[in-house]
Amino acid sequence: MQEIWDILKTLDYSPLWISLKTGLVATVLCFFLGIWTARSVMHMGKRAKAFVDGILTLPMVLPPTVAGFFLLLIFSLRRPIGTFLYQELSIKVVQTWLGCILAAGVIAFPLMYRNARAAFEQVDIELIYAGRTLGMSERKIFWRVVLPSAGPGVVSGTILTFARALGEYGATSMLAGNIAGKTGTISQRIAMVIQNGDYLTAGVWVAIILLISFGIVVAMNLFADSKMRNIKKW
Amino acid sequence: MSLSVQIIKRLQGFTLNVSFVAEAGVTALLGASGSGKSMTLRCIAGVEKPDEGSIVLDGRVLYDSKQKIDLPPQARKVGYLFQRYALFPNMTVLQNIDAGLSLERDARKRKQKQEGLISRFHLEGLEERVPRELSGGQMQRVALCRMLAGEPEAILLDEPFAALDSHLRWQMEAEVRETLRAFPGAALLVSHDRGEVYRMSRRVCVLNCGVSEPALDTTELFAHPRTLQSALITGCKNCVAAELLSQSMVRVPDWNAVLACEAADGRMVTHTGIRAHDIIPCLAGEENAMFCRVINAEDDVFSRVLMLLPAGGTGTLRAEMSKAASGAFTVGSEAWFCLPKEHIMLLRETHEN
Repeated sequence: MQEIWDILKTLDYSPLWISLKTGLVATVLCFFLGIWTARSVMHMGKRAKAFVDGILTLPMVLPPTVAGFFLLLIFSLRRPIGTFLYQELSIKVVQTWLGCILAAGVIAFPLMYRNARAAFEQVDIELIYAGRTLGMSERKIFWRVVLPSAGPGVVSGTILTFARALGEYGATSMLAGNIAGKTGTISQRIAMVIQNGDYLTAGVWVAIILLISFGIVVAMNLFADSKMRNIKKW
Repeated sequence: MSLSVQIIKRLQGFTLNVSFVAEAGVTALLGASGSGKSMTLRCIAGVEKPDEGSIVLDGRVLYDSKQKIDLPPQARKVGYLFQRYALFPNMTVLQNIDAGLSLERDARKRKQKQEGLISRFHLEGLEERVPRELSGGQMQRVALCRMLAGEPEAILLDEPFAALDSHLRWQMEAEVRETLRAFPGAALLVSHDRGEVYRMSRRVCVLNCGVSEPALDTTELFAHPRTLQSALITGCKNCVAAELLSQSMVRVPDWNAVLACEAADGRMVTHTGIRAHDIIPCLAGEENAMFCRVINAEDDVFSRVLMLLPAGGTGTLRAEMSKAASGAFTVGSEAWFCLPKEHIMLLRETHEN
């Protein structure tokens, strides 16, 4: 016990803050982008929808390293886009915190997009029709009618997105690398200390990420339950 | 004040082809479920788009496929009362009503209008409640209030009483009738309930599988339906194929009968019908008397329904009479029943041929 206490006291907490910051920023980006994409995809034709939905969902089902590969292909300083970004706009993605956000965002995006779309598709269309015949603008209908009705789904999508972004490993390690204090996230720190044979420190980090993730999921369940009181059990 | 509608829209399974003109007052669209009534209303409101045709409200073109005009629903000034009210569940009563005032930009006027509407629809004290805390009648009142808040030039009512219990239904029907009386424009009522249509509307347009029949005065339609479909939808239980023998004689093979009827005036007749309550017991030898066997008898709430098989016939008749009058007719008994000449309907299959 004393040993664990000593570790907690001397631990370098930077991975926790980097992970939280990354998760937060990636979630905010995914939130708006996911909602916007969900709305656009909903209005597509059947075939286009199947195709675009497929592409957008891929990061969820492929190994994260595949996403990492594609991200490197785009942003590597040896590739045209990466070179352009660095030379013209001084934006560097590889081996930076921006890379962390990008990797986590790409991997977590499908969770936001899919949950938002499912929630939007369940909104009673008569409510939207009612808004239109009452003269409400489409923007107002979206923010005042659709979003509140789709609320629980959007919130659970957001929380899942955050949880996923928080723990992202594969794509992050490829794109952003594991630079202590800069891009070293919790999951990368765990892998690193295990390689060094330091199981105790790894265990402490595992406990931290477990607590956070479990807390998130439980909180989400409680929230969803309170919002869906009138759902029937079967 | 008139709303003229002429639209065609291809749907899965059938094509909607509706045309009618609704003047000020209530016009009903009467049809079985799935006959395209609600879709017609949605096209008028602008939330669905017809394939072709035109919709004109008081000379204002809302939709015209030839002129490529298609006003968004927000600009049509057409009120819509939804079957399940479609109140916004996350908003209070006041916010719901305020949503109906979306086109009013002046905040002070808006506030004034809100107050006027709240008192006009007797919603005092409910302002801060959300829809799920309201009773069915209150929800309807809020929906009605919200719809009229924007001062629409025409209003559309989609089966407005379908969600209410029967005792509340009468009360709400009276309230809605009252409200509609004060409304200067055209009101369209969609319903499959003949009683509701009879009580509420002045004119009726029957919709059959997406195709509209010419609009008639309500009393005229119920007293003298001209087509098989309008006879059925107005509740005529006995409709069979028939052929005219002369201008006042009709032969009904299913009932093995030749019946006297009122002059057909050269109309084409393919079917005939008689309402269940118009069939009465009589003596042998009376005009249009038929000798029938009672093959079934069942009690309805306030009347008794007899299934009658005419001698030599293949089709049954449904007769409805008071429980007192029907006491003698037990299952298996035989008796004479009369189909009074003035109640024999002369029908044709559709309004087109």
